[in-house]
Amino acid sequence: MAVVSNTRGLTLRDSLSVSITVGAYGAAFGAASVAAGFSVLQSCLLSLLTFSGASQFAVIGVIGAGGSALSGITTASLLGFRNGLYGLRMAPLLKIRGVKRIIGAHVTIDESTGVALSQESRGIDAMRQGFWYTGFGVFIFWNLFTLAGAFGAQAMGDPASWGLDAAVPAAFLGLVWPRLKTSVDRALAISAVAMALVLTPFLPAGLPIIATTLLALGMGLRKK
Amino acid sequence: MNIYWWGVLGTSAIAFALKYIGHSIPERYLSHPKIQATNVLIPIVLLSALVGVQTFTEKTQLILDHRAAGLGVALIALFLKAPFPIVVLSAALSSALLYHL
Repeated sequence: MAVVSNTRGLTLRDSLSVSITVGAYGAAFGAASVAAGFSVLQSCLLSLLTFSGASQFAVIGVIGAGGSALSGITTASLLGFRNGLYGLRMAPLLKIRGVKRIIGAHVTIDESTGVALSQESRGIDAMRQGFWYTGFGVFIFWNLFTLAGAFGAQAMGDPASWGLDAAVPAAFLGLVWPRLKTSVDRALAISAVAMALVLTPFLPAGLPIIATTLLALGMGLRKK
Repeated sequence: MNIYWWGVLGTSAIAFALKYIGHSIPERYLSHPKIQATNVLIPIVLLSALVGVQTFTEKTQLILDHRAAGLGVALIALFLKAPFPIVVLSAALSSALLYHL
């Protein structure tokens, strides 16, 4: 029994530290979202209902830069595709149905999946706990910080005056940085930047970003 | 309904659908190595493209302004292994500073 509760404590600690750290990024999202022209309510709804950081930043980024709603939604959805694959990985582990599956699906994100997988050595119960603790933990802090960030930005006024217009690309850079593990990844990232910039004068805002998916497809589908 | 509402509701609906479908379909449908490989690469290209577009463009024009300085500082912060909030804050501060100069 002592061993069980000890494991639970360790899993809870892992989940909480991830939840608070990641949740704090929500402030950057809330501020960026308001700076992009979304209302406080719309910003909070994105965090409550979309609940996937990269997708949220993408939709406010594209629409804020003058892209169409469709471009914004498409970019966000391409980024949200990976959550589906996380769900695929988590489903046999969680074995949930009905309302519980709806809730579980909603909190299936990078962090809940990551913490669940990191608990593998502690057993399947710890993996499940890691998933739920982190999913709920990030959800709570992400939404609270979004609200704070959105109100903060609303009080500030001109976004450029406070550097918010640079905070958004910096946030994207911070999100992509841990994913650049090999020199091939880095070359791909630089190619994507170049491609999007070269296409910018010729396509409506938003499309140059979506077009870079071709680079990923070209490379990913060539793999044996 | 304006463009912002479309963005909020459309993104949310599809985001949830993708998550729910993942939980509901048999694993063999998406476990192909090519799909897995592409899945790792898509966030890299999209997030990188967003970095470029958000820093160096204004509508459909290329432009070099205070945001580039912010991004440079963010890059330095990341090389120094700074945590995410510091990366974003240092970028915002340096960009704002240049904006007011």
